[in-house]
Amino acid sequence: MNESIVLDIRNLQSYFFTAKGEVPAVDGVSIQVPAGKIIGVVGESGCGKSMTAMSVMGLLRYPGRVVGGTITLDGRDITHLSPRELSKVRGNEISMIFQEPMTSLNPVYPVGKQVQEAILLHQKVSKAEARKRVVDIFQAVGIPEPEKRYYSYPHQLSGGLRQRVMIGMAMVCRPKVMIADEPTTALDVTIEAQILRLMKQLCSEQGTSIILITHNMGVVAEVCDYVYVMYAGKVMEQAETFELFERTGHPYTQGLLRSIPKLDEKADRLYTINGVVPNLLHLPEGCSFCTRCSQAQKRCFKERPDLYKAGEAHGVRCFQYEGGGQLDE
Amino acid sequence: MADVKDRQNLAEGKAAAFVEADKTEISNTSRQVKIEQDVSDQLGEEDTWRDQLMTLVRQNKLAAFSAVVIGLIILAAIFAPVVAPYDYLAQSLTDRLKDPGAAHWLGTDELGRDVLSRIIYGARISLTIGLVPTLISMAIGTILGLCAGFYGGKTDFIIMRLADVMLAFPSLLLAMVVMYTMGGGLINIFIALSLVNWAGTARIVRSQTLSLKEKEFVEAARSIGVKKWTIMFRHILPNCIPSLIVLFTLNIPSAILSEASLSFLGIGAQPPSASWGLMVVRGKKYLFSEPWLSIAPSVAIMIVVLAFNFLGDGLRDVLDPYLKEQ
Amino acid sequence: MLNRVAKRIIISIPVLFGVMLAIFIMLRLVPGDPVTTMLGEHVNPAVIEKISREMGLDQPLYIQFFKYVANALRGDFGTSYRLNRNVTGIILEAFPNTVKLSLLAAAVAWLIGIVSGIVAAIRQNKILDRLFMGGALIGVSMPVFMTALVLQYGFAFKLKWFPVSGFDSVQAMVLPAIVLGWNSAGSIARMTRSNLVEVMQNDFIRTARAKGLREHGVIIGHALKNAMLPVITMMALQLSSMLSGAVLTESVFGVPGIGRLAVNAIENRDMPLLQGTVIFTTILVILGNLIADLLYNVLDPRIREGA
Repeated sequence: MNESIVLDIRNLQSYFFTAKGEVPAVDGVSIQVPAGKIIGVVGESGCGKSMTAMSVMGLLRYPGRVVGGTITLDGRDITHLSPRELSKVRGNEISMIFQEPMTSLNPVYPVGKQVQEAILLHQKVSKAEARKRVVDIFQAVGIPEPEKRYYSYPHQLSGGLRQRVMIGMAMVCRPKVMIADEPTTALDVTIEAQILRLMKQLCSEQGTSIILITHNMGVVAEVCDYVYVMYAGKVMEQAETFELFERTGHPYTQGLLRSIPKLDEKADRLYTINGVVPNLLHLPEGCSFCTRCSQAQKRCFKERPDLYKAGEAHGVRCFQYEGGGQLDE
Repeated sequence: MADVKDRQNLAEGKAAAFVEADKTEISNTSRQVKIEQDVSDQLGEEDTWRDQLMTLVRQNKLAAFSAVVIGLIILAAIFAPVVAPYDYLAQSLTDRLKDPGAAHWLGTDELGRDVLSRIIYGARISLTIGLVPTLISMAIGTILGLCAGFYGGKTDFIIMRLADVMLAFPSLLLAMVVMYTMGGGLINIFIALSLVNWAGTARIVRSQTLSLKEKEFVEAARSIGVKKWTIMFRHILPNCIPSLIVLFTLNIPSAILSEASLSFLGIGAQPPSASWGLMVVRGKKYLFSEPWLSIAPSVAIMIVVLAFNFLGDGLRDVLDPYLKEQ
Repeated sequence: MLNRVAKRIIISIPVLFGVMLAIFIMLRLVPGDPVTTMLGEHVNPAVIEKISREMGLDQPLYIQFFKYVANALRGDFGTSYRLNRNVTGIILEAFPNTVKLSLLAAAVAWLIGIVSGIVAAIRQNKILDRLFMGGALIGVSMPVFMTALVLQYGFAFKLKWFPVSGFDSVQAMVLPAIVLGWNSAGSIARMTRSNLVEVMQNDFIRTARAKGLREHGVIIGHALKNAMLPVITMMALQLSSMLSGAVLTESVFGVPGIGRLAVNAIENRDMPLLQGTVIFTTILVILGNLIADLLYNVLDPRIREGA
């Protein structure tokens, strides 16, 4: 991991302050995003992966708040920016696309206008020039008849087209990092493949790094360079994609991989990890996965494991790898 | 587009309009509840209804306070002879138009009657007007709405066009016409308000019936041959009750205001009744010399109406997910 | 969309017919003979019979009704018993005053209502929000005549800024307009705020933020248009309650408008005049509803452009 790091998230902590207590939705997450790479963040719903993204974007709303850690974008600490400064970064240097293409666009404005707005916000160009760039980016993200689609309203477009509009909006200012939060979950499988290919292509063409948040291990295998596996607000395992699939370290990651149905294996029933994601208000004293872990020892219930080194750029939060020493990032 | 149409339908009902307009207050509390639910959903933890109630009581102190105020006013109205310092009809020519003071806290009117005592007795009129005609008109509206929603077709068409006609009138003018036909007096106000205000309820009950009709438990009841009326009143109606309670609380103040307005215009309660609206209009003559004569009963009306509005808002937060969704 | 418009207009026609029928029946249910009521008990029965015949009151009710509708369609609402003049003429004389009053009141209501609604939504759950929304609920809960009397006492009598009553100068119009607008301002503020707060929960708001819009840009640029669409429907409803309120306002301030006519008609037991004023105002409400609905259709692209 010697490439230049564009986005460096260190020990990020985001809590929700509810009537029932503090909820550590993101609890000490560190993620490094090298230039031009696709980073996967995987986990079950509620593991804190979306919250991490929202924290980075400064989009966390009451009652959630970033309480610790630093977020460095291209050498600049953006953790404590004022709303004014933050709004200059958002959509410009770092952008985001969301899971729900059906509802993420404003229903009362033409889609072209909504993308144009992003350009006019961040770049000193004329409206006509901005409009031209919108048509260009529509072309680039594979929207047919971009001139005509400029004036379409969201309800007149299919889900796939709307997600392409969203990607266009996120890419139009050539950001350094784009965060994609489950961008294909709401789409058909065939559309999913197209969108993933598009993102990968844009990433390599424009040198934009992508953080791809997903619960789908198949998607990870297809497009990601490096993967973080999150569970209960913590990174449980991190490794390059090939390494992760070949030398899976953490029992949780093993479970995730085993629960992907395989065509070439006969199985009477799909594998599932026992139990549910634990209540973040009442986490176990020891490892947060201990209650569901098939390999848990006595110690796992009492002490919290660190992220241990299990190989080249491979970290695992499990006592089994304690011998490797702490992963230094 | 269906939801847009629904929203319009709902919005057209006068009672419904109030409900629609007043989503405001929910958001303070229910938004908080929602966020907490979202978070606890993620935590895999369910909120019990008691938790929700506690959150709302904690957050909507105003509604709780309003309930207490309403309770006190009801008590004062029931025990008016005990609470009121004077007989509300007792005239005293030597004590005419006295300023508020130790003997008469709110002064006396042009016939020397104690204003405070008259306001306390007037609460009886306002509360009865608020409760009885509202109950009657909502009963009519509920039955018509149930029939319209359940039977559909021609029944639905006729009832809803009738409701359209009722809702097209500005409510005060319609009540005025009824009062013209029947003559003034409190009893006639009862009848006028009972007949005039059913349409808003009918619309809401109808739309709820329409959605409940498709639910599994109704299908199930129908499939085992339960009679239509039993389905309507045993299976569908109970599910409308929360909305109806909220609507009831929010319809009370508008009925109170209608009575006060009619009496103010001289076509409602007749002297020597202690109706607040009548007191205001009679005190109006002395506005520039003895302003309390008209302002005091106005404030009484405002307090009662405000208390019911606050309570209705709070109740809706707890009871009525349906109206919230609209 | 043209279909929707046509449908909407067609639906309005039976409602209008129903309104006329309802008023006609209700006013014919009055106990006693209208001519006797008009002329007094001691008049010669032969005279009463003659006048009844002249006015067509001896004919069956349904014929009377169809005659009434036919005449009304031609703009003839009959002759006032008391003023012995054409009802349409009397109404048209009073109408401009009510329109002026309502328009001024609407301006007041929209200005106060929308601005405070937006401010409250932006400062959600902060002091300003609580203050404005408390004020709005008090506004909704205040009887119209109370606002009228308080302002009359304070601004006309004590401060002498405005005349106590009348409607013949711009100054005289200020207080009635504020009184009538105050009530609606409360509901508009509450609805604006609640819609805005609700719209702000939408995913596209998150998109707007992610794009780099600042909070006020998000609200003004993205949330407001969505939030105002239902408020337009509200406008029509406000017209109905505003005309109810106009009756009271006109009565307190002595504005010679339609509301005053209605009250006078009741006091004088002038049936044709009451019938005319009520039907006329109701037509206004129906028209208002129609216009609001059409406006909604034009403004919402989801309906305008079809799905």
